[in-house]
Amino acid sequence: MVRFVNLTLAGITSGMVFATVALALVLIWRSTRIVNFAQGGMLMVTTFLAWTVVDAGGSYWVALAAALASGLVLGAVIERVVIRPVEDKPPLNAVIVTLGLFVLLQAGAGMVWGDTPHSYPPAFGIRGLSVGGTRLLLSPNDLFVIGAVGAVMIALTVLFVRTDLGLRLRAAAFAPEIARLLGVRVGRMLTLGWALAALVGSLAGVLIAPSVFVGPTQFDAVLVFGFTAAVIGGLDSPVGAVVGGLLLGCALSYVSGYLSSDLVTLGALAALIAVLLVRPNGLFGATTGRRV
Amino acid sequence: MIGTTRQAAAPARAAERARLALGRYRLVRHALGAAAALVALYALTSAVSPYRDLQIAQAAYLTCAVAGLTVLTGLGGQISLGHGAFMAVGAYTTALLLNHRSWPLAAVLAAAVVVTAAAGTAVGAVAARLHGPYLAGATLAFAVGLPGLANYEPLLDLLGGQNGLSVTPPVPPAALGETFPVERWQAWIACLGAVLTLFLLANLVRGRFGRTLRATRDDEIAAALHGVRVARVRIIATVVSAACAGLAGGLLAVATTLAAPGAFPLALSLQLIAAIIIGGLGSLAGAVWGALVLVFVPAWASDLAQSADLSHNIASNLPLALYGLVLIVVTLVFPRGIQGGLRAARTALARRRSPRDDAAHEEAAPHDTAARDTAVHGGDS
Amino acid sequence: MKRPRLARATAALTALALAASATAACGSGDGGGGDRASAPGVTATTVTIGSHQPLTGPAAPGYSANSAASKAFFDYVNANGGIHGRKIVYKYVDDVYNPTQTVGVVQKLVLQDKVFAIFNGLGTPTHSKVVGYLNAQRVPDLFVASGCGCWDQPDKHPYTFGWQVDYVREGKILGEHVRRAFPGKKIAYFYQNDDFGQDGVKGLDKYIPASQVVTRQSYQPGGTDVSAQVQAIAQSKADVVVLFTIPTYTALFRLAALKLGYSPQLVVSNVGSDPVTLTGLLESYAKRGGTKVKGSPLIQGIITDAYLSAPGSDDSWIRLFRKIHQQYIPQLPFNGNIIYGMSVAYTFVQALQAAGPNPTRKSLIEALEKSQFRGPGLVPFAYSKQSHAGYIGAQIGVIKGDTVVLQGQPLTTDAGDGPIRPYTGGQPEAPANGIPPQG
Repeated sequence: MVRFVNLTLAGITSGMVFATVALALVLIWRSTRIVNFAQGGMLMVTTFLAWTVVDAGGSYWVALAAALASGLVLGAVIERVVIRPVEDKPPLNAVIVTLGLFVLLQAGAGMVWGDTPHSYPPAFGIRGLSVGGTRLLLSPNDLFVIGAVGAVMIALTVLFVRTDLGLRLRAAAFAPEIARLLGVRVGRMLTLGWALAALVGSLAGVLIAPSVFVGPTQFDAVLVFGFTAAVIGGLDSPVGAVVGGLLLGCALSYVSGYLSSDLVTLGALAALIAVLLVRPNGLFGATTGRRV
Repeated sequence: MIGTTRQAAAPARAAERARLALGRYRLVRHALGAAAALVALYALTSAVSPYRDLQIAQAAYLTCAVAGLTVLTGLGGQISLGHGAFMAVGAYTTALLLNHRSWPLAAVLAAAVVVTAAAGTAVGAVAARLHGPYLAGATLAFAVGLPGLANYEPLLDLLGGQNGLSVTPPVPPAALGETFPVERWQAWIACLGAVLTLFLLANLVRGRFGRTLRATRDDEIAAALHGVRVARVRIIATVVSAACAGLAGGLLAVATTLAAPGAFPLALSLQLIAAIIIGGLGSLAGAVWGALVLVFVPAWASDLAQSADLSHNIASNLPLALYGLVLIVVTLVFPRGIQGGLRAARTALARRRSPRDDAAHEEAAPHDTAARDTAVHGGDS
Repeated sequence: MKRPRLARATAALTALALAASATAACGSGDGGGGDRASAPGVTATTVTIGSHQPLTGPAAPGYSANSAASKAFFDYVNANGGIHGRKIVYKYVDDVYNPTQTVGVVQKLVLQDKVFAIFNGLGTPTHSKVVGYLNAQRVPDLFVASGCGCWDQPDKHPYTFGWQVDYVREGKILGEHVRRAFPGKKIAYFYQNDDFGQDGVKGLDKYIPASQVVTRQSYQPGGTDVSAQVQAIAQSKADVVVLFTIPTYTALFRLAALKLGYSPQLVVSNVGSDPVTLTGLLESYAKRGGTKVKGSPLIQGIITDAYLSAPGSDDSWIRLFRKIHQQYIPQLPFNGNIIYGMSVAYTFVQALQAAGPNPTRKSLIEALEKSQFRGPGLVPFAYSKQSHAGYIGAQIGVIKGDTVVLQGQPLTTDAGDGPIRPYTGGQPEAPANGIPPQG
């Protein structure tokens, strides 16, 4: 029983980590209809910047602020410089550009910071909480991660559903021509969408970093699982991203705990296929009817 | 497209005869093209050093995979981020057969194609229901998940775990002489496979199946209304494309004498998709360009990094950075890929030569529509 | 009407044909160097050697420093006159730890760059795919950077030599220590599920009674979460956990154990126990604010084994390597990988010296088989006509502060069922100028 509880808790913690990445992907998908492969590279770079702050003696919170600010700027710059020219081009072109960007950011980080992974401090203690004398795989820092991801999810949902800005963001993404006619400044909305997504991504990086270390390739697996989580949840839904992350995290934890740690990636594939066979647009994706 | 064909076929028999004649003509033309390509490759492989032969072999097997993918993604509108896994299936099948059975190489490669096509059927059946990013996600998980099978305890002895399998290099026939370099023989095998793949695909996509496939890409509903069984067409496209990747994997096993999980990372699948865009989406010639970029750009970048006197961290990462830059710049400068860029240049040239002939040279560029509804774009809302 | 696709494909191929012939035509110079050019890659003034290394990608962390350290050592030797008047040119190329790329890289080095030898190619899955090729081409394949026992097959692979102690020997030595030091205790294994971990476990099992082993957990490199495995080990209430892990996973294990409030005695193989790297990975958990700690408290008391001096020790070898490090690669952290890279380069310099003033590939191999090299190692090499294995043992040590404090005597053994014997030959001093003495 303790084993099951702990495997679930480990699944929730890593699931929340996948969920943060998934949230950033959902945000970009919702605002520009692009699957952003560069997300992993972007959050890696902002986390390295935060690490540089910590290494120079800065506090956790100053570093976090640095990561968020640099994420915001990085997202906007990337959208303006390399994404804007492909926005009216075939969508696969945008995918290749984000892939190229991912490779470039990884190489750039390797040049500047080297390949050696570095330690990143957690916000709070990592010793598991005790319940009735049993140490659980759940630390104060895990609670902080879960809380932060939950807050971001709620904020994004409110942004998209309740605010005027969210409406304009969605309009610019789904029907840019009509939105333009209605006076929405589409270009600005797209830039804003990328900036916000990069902001969420940079938060994800800082939350993940203590458990995977900071290095040019340390976030690769998390990105793959984050994308998988986003697809499971349905790329349109922030709630879906979190649910997808939790499901995937738990599924992987059970596979690793009860079957074999060698089967984890196959477990992710199985979980994804199982969901998509039942719901081809993910758990929370809109079931789209298509007009002819 | 389907509609116009049907209406044009008023006197059905005459049209049928015309189509047969056209088909035969096309077949002859493609056969001549293939023969010319083989002669050119023979001359090329004989002229260059053994190391260049190895690079040519690499470009050739990658051509198979990229060409197969461009049929699925470029013409069928179905993205796949999992073709590296299909290559792994082909490579492992080849390696296992070469190590455990004394079959002739052609039979082994054919078996690799069949096994991978079978895998393609399973994947295709799932993928036919999926669109855009969901398809991308599912195939990506396939690319990441499948190589993990090699590490699974019960299969460890068969598949060799993380170390994978080694294959004895193919022996050139005695008729070629004692000193015939094995690299050239490997290049010949791979080039023959690539030309054969291109020949078969060229006939396939110019024929009825190609038209149907494009129709499902351009407008799924309209195609269905015209009696096209969309899911079936998509599954067939996946199978064809998987078979090509299987051959590519088999040729990889022959050319590099190995099959190992580390040879089929996610990066390989992503490189294949990059190659079809950089070469020119939906064009078989573009597939060749794309494969050449995959082989020669990293080699060039690595030479460049070594020739300069740089610090360790910079020199190590420079080739990777250049590769990323090439991906971005080529996609930005040639949105329709290298082949599209060449075609535009040719059109511009022709226009300058005979300004009135515009219409004759105007290409029926299916690539615009190809692109618009392809893959990662969800589009439906 | 469009031109047929295939015709266009043919055009593309022909274009390639022309381009490639052009490059082939201008790239055929051998750089001959008169009669002092005794072998491929050897000229009157240089000896060119090559290597495949993971400089980028998932295997790069840590390992990418090896080749930089080797190069720094060669640069130092070159600056001090070289070997028999020749400078060593070391070309190491990235293979991203992908075997297909290893094959391409090695063939390029052999066919195009015409290297004299391949040196310290890294990784079992990668290097095992070029061993056959290198031996068929009769290219010396020296000092493979992997502890697989498979390099030691002089009959099948006469040109291939291992260097570091192989994982089975290492497992035997650690296993014997665990059996002696922790009789009757519960023992768990945590290992990387490839030949590194599997061979290590083979060695451990030769000494640790199966009844004492309560659980065996493994991981795949590249995944991140190991909490399921660590939890299973914690639940087995093992008193001692033996780890055949790379440093990041040693650190991940330590953190997950910390989370569970589980503190067994850790026994970590040489590869995963470099105190400098581990301290870097665990730094954030040991300090608040900007103070640097000397050796993480989380790694104190870890039992490990060593066949080279530890970065924190103060002996003539470490002083020499620190001097070279300061001069050539000060931007890289001075850790176990740097010592490894310089030590293996030292052995190569010894081999090249022994191969004579006009070295050939054959004379290099013969010199190695006759050699009695001693150098930075705590134990000797196995090199002989019958064995191409590298270091034949290691010494048990304990992490204290940021270094490994050695205990007892160096131990030697074989990769089979042979006994473990103490070695009393001692570690020689480093030569004053850092260059191995002639002869």
